[in-house]
Amino acid sequence: MYNKKVMDHFMNPRNVGEIEDADGIGEAGNPHGDQMKIFLKIRDDRIEDVKFKTFGCAAAIASSSMATELIKGKTLKEAWELTNEAVAEALEGLPPGKLECSVVSREAIHRAINEYRKKQGLEALEEQT
Amino acid sequence: MREKHFVYMDHAATTFTKPEVAESMLPFLRENFGNPSSLYSIGREGKEAIETAREQLAKALGVKPGEIYFTSGGTESDNWAVKGTAFSRRKKGKHIITTPIEHHAVLYPCEYLESQGFDVTYLPVDRYGLVDPAEVEAAIREDTVLISVMYANNEIGTIEPIQEIGEIAKEHDVLFHTDAVQIIGTVPLDMKQKHKDVDMLSLSSHKFYGPKGIGVLYLREGTEIDNYMHGGGQERGKRAGTENVAGIVGMGKAIELATSNIEKHNDKIRKMRDRLLSGVLEIPSCRLNGHPEKRLPGNLNFSFEYIEGESLLLMLDQMGVCSSTGSACTSGSLGTSHVLKAIGLPPEIAQGSLRLTLGDANSEEDIDYVLDVLSETVGKLRNMSPFYKPATACEK
Repeated sequence: MYNKKVMDHFMNPRNVGEIEDADGIGEAGNPHGDQMKIFLKIRDDRIEDVKFKTFGCAAAIASSSMATELIKGKTLKEAWELTNEAVAEALEGLPPGKLECSVVSREAIHRAINEYRKKQGLEALEEQT
Repeated sequence: MREKHFVYMDHAATTFTKPEVAESMLPFLRENFGNPSSLYSIGREGKEAIETAREQLAKALGVKPGEIYFTSGGTESDNWAVKGTAFSRRKKGKHIITTPIEHHAVLYPCEYLESQGFDVTYLPVDRYGLVDPAEVEAAIREDTVLISVMYANNEIGTIEPIQEIGEIAKEHDVLFHTDAVQIIGTVPLDMKQKHKDVDMLSLSSHKFYGPKGIGVLYLREGTEIDNYMHGGGQERGKRAGTENVAGIVGMGKAIELATSNIEKHNDKIRKMRDRLLSGVLEIPSCRLNGHPEKRLPGNLNFSFEYIEGESLLLMLDQMGVCSSTGSACTSGSLGTSHVLKAIGLPPEIAQGSLRLTLGDANSEEDIDYVLDVLSETVGKLRNMSPFYKPATACEK
């Protein structure tokens, strides 16, 4: 069902954990579905460190792992613009019916960034649907 | 680094075909290719082979060979029993009684019948999945034509009070069908005495170490229901289609092997299962689903809190362990099995469910290996979970 890359990010997920003094924390998920929590450490408008926790199927775990890898070291703007298509592409494809699992990571990242912005006295960015 | 072992713990889904079974089938895939309806030599030999198998099946159930009908498997047997009864008796009534924990091969025919104007009562089950015979009686109406209750549930292993339900059905003159697919080789069937009130019974070969694609519907003598398959006159005009001779022969051999030493076999499986059970229950925040005693000897079904079933399944698969889950993810939302829903498991518990079903492919070494791998895998997934807090490890 899943390709080698997805299986690698599922069996050996990168960036699992929590950041105690995180600059932004975001949670997203579907009720009775995949749930993701993301922790960001931000310095000079860049994502210095990122950690995640995920409850869900292999696609959800692999997507979270890949998404955190893709935003590490990027600017907040670049991280905000990460699409779930980009995550799926970096994973070399997800099976049909599993593409939605990568949407949760995008939402969680947005919420984490907005929490940081709020702390900085900035306005929250709009979630695009 | 632990060495990976292949461990098969999904016997409820299917079983390996025993070597003696495969051997018995080979001639009928080679030189003995005759159609049993043909009058010449190899045709007659085919006919003889299937009638011998029919006797083997009849002996295993304690019935007459004429009461055994070959089908393409459990699903066809269930469809035939349910739809055949409904359509043949629709002038008498249009009410059917069943349970919400039946296999889809009974549930979906019932749903289909509802769309055709039939009325179906889905009896409540308790938190173990047990049906109360009193509820069955209470549900019977003037227009009830069929009661269908599975002998044992494939997901949680709970064994139903089939004798009592049969007695009630008999008292009220309602036909009683049971999907007995999971109990062959585990519960001895005795259609003359113990199970005298069961009118129809479904069997599936690939659940008792026979080939896939072949099964039986037992129809008690005098039970007339509409055909499901119309066509050539095979199976005394009741089930059309050129017989799957090799499959039938294999199934005959398989049932002979499966029913030869049931008690001893059950003891062996139960012993391994119970050792696995006590080991798994040492894992914190986990529970057993289904009845603790009225249960198939090889069945285990657990819920592990804070983690999701499909990911557990896949990780176990990477370590060589074949198992099953009641959780299914599509499009980011997690569905849970209708059985776990019916016994009242909340979704967040049902989502972390794992079914392990033991059988002849297992050994004591398998138990040790699975215990090792399972606790490690549950731990790994819990460490990744936003819901799990290590402090809760002390709670049970």
